[in-house]
Amino acid sequence: MLSVHELACERGERLLFKNLGFELGNGEALLVRGGNGRGKTSLLRILCGLSVPATGVVRWRGESISKAHEQYGREMAYIGHANGIKDDLTPMENLRIAAALGGRVLDDATATAALCQVGLSRCVDLPARVLSFGQRRRVALAGLMTAGALLWILDEPLTGLDVDGVAMVEWMIHDHVLAGGLAIMTTHQMLMLDGLTPKTLSVGD
Amino acid sequence: MLKFLFTVIRRDVLLAARRRGDWLTAQFFFVMVVSMFPLGVGPEPGMLRTIGPGVVWVAALLASLLSLGRLFADDYRDGTLEQMLLSPYPNTLLALGKAIAHWIINGIPLLVIAPVLGIQFNLPAEALWILVLSLAIGTPILSLLGSIGAALTLGLRGGGALVTLLILPLYVPALIFGAGAVEGVLSGTGSEAHLSLLGAFLMMSLLLAPWVSAMALKVSVE
Repeated sequence: MLSVHELACERGERLLFKNLGFELGNGEALLVRGGNGRGKTSLLRILCGLSVPATGVVRWRGESISKAHEQYGREMAYIGHANGIKDDLTPMENLRIAAALGGRVLDDATATAALCQVGLSRCVDLPARVLSFGQRRRVALAGLMTAGALLWILDEPLTGLDVDGVAMVEWMIHDHVLAGGLAIMTTHQMLMLDGLTPKTLSVGD
Repeated sequence: MLKFLFTVIRRDVLLAARRRGDWLTAQFFFVMVVSMFPLGVGPEPGMLRTIGPGVVWVAALLASLLSLGRLFADDYRDGTLEQMLLSPYPNTLLALGKAIAHWIINGIPLLVIAPVLGIQFNLPAEALWILVLSLAIGTPILSLLGSIGAALTLGLRGGGALVTLLILPLYVPALIFGAGAVEGVLSGTGSEAHLSLLGAFLMMSLLLAPWVSAMALKVSVE
């Protein structure tokens, strides 16, 4: 599904990594490891198509992601450092607008169910401005659930989450991968995926 | 495709409606700048009539610059811009949608206020009508070209001053033909030529600006 060949990334004059390659198929997860500033986020941004690599190519279903922008956009969901939600809108509106921008139809019942699942049943109609950092992260995760994407690219998904939240993300990734999805993530915390061993990839050694 | 465009526009209009304070700043700025001139240069009708069209147009340029800083910056900060760039539609459409939304939010109110401000400059009814018409063709140009500057300076420190330097020179043709159309009416030479050129300039910016600002956005978020 996703194949990466001889990827190199430069930031300014500095080479972050080179000759990086891997393949990921259905029902596989990849954990990207590396210390601070080693290029984990840069790698993920290249994988989702926000940055262009210095050399190398990322292919999705055999086609370069810059060419398959439309299909890749439908099948990939990305959560970066920023949550990607608007403070002036309620969690509900955020989900609905995100879905419309992705070309999907999201009915209220599904959106409410997703928000309840991430533990935000009491905050559905509050503007995201008054939510805590962790709660906003949960809105982004609810967005991920309703995105219906095959490939998840998660940059530090556990930041700001409490113990329950961490368990929830582990369970989400577990279910997604068992259902045949792909997941790529970075984290500095231990990830317990209950019988599932993700592939690992080290960057910048 | 069109649905995506409408969603981008509706989203921005909704966000502007939630933050009316931000939105009103540029409109009040426009009113204040234009109203200062009759007070400053004195109440001589002939003089006011001569400078009127130019003053209204320059104030419209500055008001548009004032609101451009926020066109992409807020979305960039909270990560929604990345998400929109990753959507399965061409980024050009996103840039076009943002520019149209900027025009609806900041351009259309100027059209409504402009005739009232024109009266301060002793402009006759016919000239007021052409002033509104020239602004109706001209303000979309300001939003479209401005989106290029806003995209290029995204994430830079002191981006606001840089937008001014980058974009004001590009606004010059719109200013010349826009104010020229109204002066044409006042001097009796007619306004058709100026308005046609302004229309041509709008078509050109409509074709090129979204494409350029989409590329600038890609570079800026990298």
